[in-house]
Amino acid sequence: MSEVDEGAVPRITLLGPQRRPSLDKVVQAMGLAGPFATITAGWQEREFDDAELHTHLRGDSHNLSLWHRLQDVLAQDADLAVAHRIRRDWIAQLQELYLIGVDHTMRAVRQIREQTENHPQVLAMAVADAEEVLRDLDRRHLARVHAVHAEFYERLVPHERPVVAHHRGEVAEVLSRCNAVVLAGGHVAELLDALHLFNIAPAGLDRLPIIAWSAGAMALTERVVLFNDNASREPTWSEVYDGGMGVLRDMVLLPSAHYRLRMQDHGRMSTFAHRFAPARCVLLDPGAKVQVGYDGRLPAYTPVIGSDGRTTTLGEARDA
Amino acid sequence: MRRLAINRLRQRQPVDEATIDRFLERHEMPIIEGSKCTFCFRGAADEVWVCHRIVGQPQRVPMRRLGETSLWFTVLELPDGSRVEYQIEVRRGDHYEQGNDPLNPHVANSPVGSSSVCAGAGYQVPDWLTPDPDARPGEILDLPVPSKALRREAPCRVYLPARFSDLHSYPLLIVHDGDDYLNYAAMKTVLDNLIDRLDMAETIVVFTNPGDRNVEYANSSRHARFIAAELLPLLEERFPLLGKPSGRCLMGASFGGVASLSTAYRYPDLFGSLLLQSGSFVFTDIGQDHGGGEVFDPVVRFMNRYRSNPRKVAERAFISCGVYEPLIVQNRSMVPVFDGTGMQIRYVEARDGHSWEDWRDRLGEGLSWIYPGPQKYYYE
Repeated sequence: MSEVDEGAVPRITLLGPQRRPSLDKVVQAMGLAGPFATITAGWQEREFDDAELHTHLRGDSHNLSLWHRLQDVLAQDADLAVAHRIRRDWIAQLQELYLIGVDHTMRAVRQIREQTENHPQVLAMAVADAEEVLRDLDRRHLARVHAVHAEFYERLVPHERPVVAHHRGEVAEVLSRCNAVVLAGGHVAELLDALHLFNIAPAGLDRLPIIAWSAGAMALTERVVLFNDNASREPTWSEVYDGGMGVLRDMVLLPSAHYRLRMQDHGRMSTFAHRFAPARCVLLDPGAKVQVGYDGRLPAYTPVIGSDGRTTTLGEARDA
Repeated sequence: MRRLAINRLRQRQPVDEATIDRFLERHEMPIIEGSKCTFCFRGAADEVWVCHRIVGQPQRVPMRRLGETSLWFTVLELPDGSRVEYQIEVRRGDHYEQGNDPLNPHVANSPVGSSSVCAGAGYQVPDWLTPDPDARPGEILDLPVPSKALRREAPCRVYLPARFSDLHSYPLLIVHDGDDYLNYAAMKTVLDNLIDRLDMAETIVVFTNPGDRNVEYANSSRHARFIAAELLPLLEERFPLLGKPSGRCLMGASFGGVASLSTAYRYPDLFGSLLLQSGSFVFTDIGQDHGGGEVFDPVVRFMNRYRSNPRKVAERAFISCGVYEPLIVQNRSMVPVFDGTGMQIRYVEARDGHSWEDWRDRLGEGLSWIYPGPQKYYYE
C-alpha cells in the first residue's frame, strides 16, 4: 500500500456521484485544459446523452463512443459476438456459484461475531479465520474470471480482427489528441467490457490525467467489487466481479457508500475492510473528491472504512 | 380526539337537505379519519347496506338513516394500510339493487365488473404504477400459439423489454390470465417502470389466456402440457432466452396460481421460480366437503394429494395473499408445506382482498424478488 500526503500532483481525480455536478469546478480548480476524451460507455445506449458533460468540459470534449463501438463490433463480427456471449454466460455462472460460497462464509462470519460466551481473543481468531476463507474465495474467483478472459482474448485475438483493429485505431487517434480523460459512471460491467476490448489503458489511460466517478472510478482499479446492501433479494453481500484497468492499485472504490452499504453495521463493515485489505476501501459519497498522485498514492484525507468498520480517514487509519 | 365528521353533522340542528349538500361537497367518500371509515349513501331507500368481502367480518353492513333526511351512513374500522373493495346495496320495497358507491369515484375493474374502492389511512398507490415518461417502454407482440394439447389456438402476448437485443439472453416469465394482468393490473406499465428503475431484470414476459378457465386452470394435464411441451419450446426457439430453470418462472393469481403450481408439479425440473398470488389452494384435512362448489373439486383433489406428499416443484416461490380474502387461511397453511420441501419461499400479506389491484400492488416486490434488477452493476 502506498500513501502520500496532500499536495502531490493529481494524476487521477476521483469524485463522488455527479447527480449534482461538480466537474466544471474541479476542472477549473485543477487548471486542466482540453481537449478531453470522455467515456460514457456505462450509460449504454444513452452514451451520447452527454451534452451536459460536454458543457462542463467547456465544450472541448470528444466522446470515445466505446459502447456504440462495441455494439458495432458485435454486429459485424459474428464469431466474436458468439464468443462474447458465451464468455458472459460463463462469468455469470461463475459469479452465481462463487456467491453461494460467499453467502455461506459471510453467514458464518456473522454467526461467529454474534457469539457472546467466548473469550474476545478466541472470537477474534475465529472471525479472522472465516474472513481468510472469504479472501481465498475472492482470490480464486478473480483468478477464474481472469482465466475466462484470457482464453477469450487468446482465442479471438481481437487486435487481428479488422473491425476491432479499426475501432482501436480510431480510439487511439482521438486519445492522442486529448490532454485528459473523463470517465463517467453507469453499468460497470458494460463499461469494463468496452474499456478492455478497445485497449484503452495503453492507448492513453496509462499516461493522461483522469477524472472519474462512480462506475468510471471503479473501473480504474485492479479489482472491481460490486456492493448493494439494499438489494431486494438476499444475499446482499458484496462480491468481487472482475479485474479493472489496474490504473489504481490497492484500493476498492465505493461510490455512494453511505447509500448502498449498511455503514452503521460496524461488524459487517469491519469484515468488509478486512476482506479486501491491504487494499483501502475508499468512500466516494456525493461531494467527495480524492486526488491520487502520479505515484498512485492516496492522500491522508481520503475517507475509508477503518479496520473497526467505522468511517475514518486514511491518515487516521494509518495512525490507529 | 376530534369527533368524526358524521357525528359533527349529527350534532347540528336542524340537519336539513341543504346541510347534507354542503357536507357531501366538503368530504370525499368514504370519509377516512384514522382507522374509521364513514360510508354514506344518499337517496330514497328502505334499507341500505355496505357489501364487502372482508373475511371474518359481517359482509353486509347495514347503514343507518340520519334522522328523516335522505342520508344513510355507517362507520367501519379499517386498520392502517387497508384497501377494500365494496358496493352499496339498496332495498326499496321488495326491490334490491346492488352497485358501486355513487358518491365515490374510485373504482377497481376486473373481468367480472367493477367495485368501489375504499383506501384506508396509510394506503398508498405504489409510485411504480404511474406511467413514467422517462421510462423506456417495452413492446408487446401478439403471439397466437396453435395448441394440440388444448385443441385450440391459444392467444398469447409477448412483452419484449426496452433495449431488447438478440445478443442478450433473457429470463422468461409466463403469466396466467395474461390479458387480465395487462388490463386490470397495469402490468405493462409495471414492467416498464420496474425494469427502467433497475428493480427487475430485463425479462421476456409471455401473457397466456385461458379458454375455459375453470377447467384449464384447475390442475389440468392438458394445460400443463401446453405450457411445458408446446409454448415453452416455441418460445425458446424464437426468442433469446436463458433456457434453464433459474431463468423460467410461472405466475398466476387465484386459479392462475393453481395452474402455475400444478404445471410446475407435473414438470418439476423445468421451472425455477413461481409467483403465486392469492392461489386458490383449497384443500380439506378431513373428508371432501370443501364448500367451494364443484368447480373446486379437481383443485381440492390436487391440493390434498400435494399436501399428503409435498415435494419441491421449483427452487423459489414468491407467494402473496390478502388478509381480507377467504383464501388467506389456505395460503398461510401452504407456506410451511412449501418451505418443508426445501423451496425458498418469500411470503407476503397485505391488508387487501382477492382483487386485481391487490395483485397489482404486490407486483413490485414479487417481480423484483423473482428476477432482481441489475442494481449491483449500476453506479451512477
